[in-house]
Amino acid sequence: MTETKTSLRVLVVDDEEGMRLGVARVIQGFTIDLPNGQGKVVFSLFHASSGEEALETIAASRPDILLLDHKMNGMSGMDVLERIGGEDSGILTIMITAYASLETAILATKRGAYDFLAKPFTPEDLRGTLRKAVKHLMLQRQARQLAEEKRRCRFEFISVLAHELKAPLAAVEGYLNLLADRTNGEELSAYDDMIRRCSLRMEGMRNLIFELLDMTRIESGLKKRTWETVDVVALARTSTETFLPQAQARRIRIDIDAPETLTMSADRGELEILLNNLISNAVKYNRDGGTVTVTLRADENHVTLAVADTGIGLSAEEQDRLFEDFARIKNDKTRNILGSGLGLSTARKLAKLYEGDITVESQPDQGSTFTAVLGRNTQPETPATDAVTN
Amino acid sequence: MSTGKTILLVDDDLDILEQLTAILTPQGYQIVTAGGREDAEEQLLMTRPDLAILDVMMEQSDAGFVLAHHVKRLYPDTPVILLTSVTAATSLSFQGVSPDMKSWMNADVIVNKPVRPEQIVAEVRRLLREAPVEKH
Repeated sequence: MTETKTSLRVLVVDDEEGMRLGVARVIQGFTIDLPNGQGKVVFSLFHASSGEEALETIAASRPDILLLDHKMNGMSGMDVLERIGGEDSGILTIMITAYASLETAILATKRGAYDFLAKPFTPEDLRGTLRKAVKHLMLQRQARQLAEEKRRCRFEFISVLAHELKAPLAAVEGYLNLLADRTNGEELSAYDDMIRRCSLRMEGMRNLIFELLDMTRIESGLKKRTWETVDVVALARTSTETFLPQAQARRIRIDIDAPETLTMSADRGELEILLNNLISNAVKYNRDGGTVTVTLRADENHVTLAVADTGIGLSAEEQDRLFEDFARIKNDKTRNILGSGLGLSTARKLAKLYEGDITVESQPDQGSTFTAVLGRNTQPETPATDAVTN
Repeated sequence: MSTGKTILLVDDDLDILEQLTAILTPQGYQIVTAGGREDAEEQLLMTRPDLAILDVMMEQSDAGFVLAHHVKRLYPDTPVILLTSVTAATSLSFQGVSPDMKSWMNADVIVNKPVRPEQIVAEVRRLLREAPVEKH
């Protein structure tokens, strides 16, 4: 493995040549190891012997770190700092003050200097100050990258969402055009199939909107979480009943394998969404005459909810992207099944709120088992945002 | 009325397949459908379509482009119509596409969704060099 090397540009501004050379000697060959295998930082150094020259150099090639002497002939360090726009310049400035003058240090900080170094300083003082500055700089860069990544994800999400919302509209619009053109003749019953498909697509769109609302509520972390002791077995029974009509229509049996009661601390609404998503999938993606088995177990600290079906199953490749937003698996077996592609990603986000996760085991054409392991005694304070920024 | 010509329709949206089939069958075309890229590639080995209508955004957002490339490589003379609702999703605009860009995309025509029946029939007839439908 090659180690990543980050090179930071350091501009030293001092009107005393001895000081510039001294700093150069300390920094040349000095490296800082970054934590978590992020490689190391090396420095490339350049100089300016006056404030005026510093401004020119900065304009020509922007440094990452500025070691700026305050007291110089002509333009002072403080003036340079002001001219480059302090903190907004994105250049980390370390002010070098002639003696430990508190006022200068305070003023420099006010104008956007990150730190100050009092003359005379030892090589170790300089290295220490640089270490601190580099740490700050790298954190700043990481934060910026993360923000950028988030923006990109948002954009992608909205793009796909727009597509998913437009698809049913286009489908319904298409059927309406066929109806308007009397493609199948004047007899209304000749259009029954088209009308049924329209209803189905609109129902799918409505589900998508509901699931989108569920998801944003969870993601925002703004939804008030009402903590109570919830009996997961009772909840599973209610959830099962909700899907019984759909299951019975296709002769699918739903079994619950659970102790009499099983309690955990949770927000009832959240657990309901999680269970509903898993059970509804197990019915939807099952074969006619199949079985859904909901198994509930617990130990002192965890509750395990497993929902197994005897349906179409998933290939290894499909399992990999199953929990992503809109990761609807599209193939011949799923084309008549309505789904928003948000159910499992929402379920996983919920599981994470309970310091848990959801995993899947599956064989194509044999069935899938989704297993959620949840913390039994989590607290509502668990910051929702942490779990979902992934 | 049969023209004896075969059209390959590829879209992961079942309803669009149904609708295009309903629009084109009465025009006398033989319709072969596929719900995805793999499915379509299988069909292409068995049939040489006289024309292909491909949705751009399927399981992968560029599946239609890849497939168009595939069609042109196997059957250089088969015209390709790309269906897209991509404009809004990627803010790429396919309005006023240059001939150069069409050849890069391996498409003869790009049609925006939702598809209007008379538009798709007109494009199909034009590409198959058939007389336009008379208005009634």
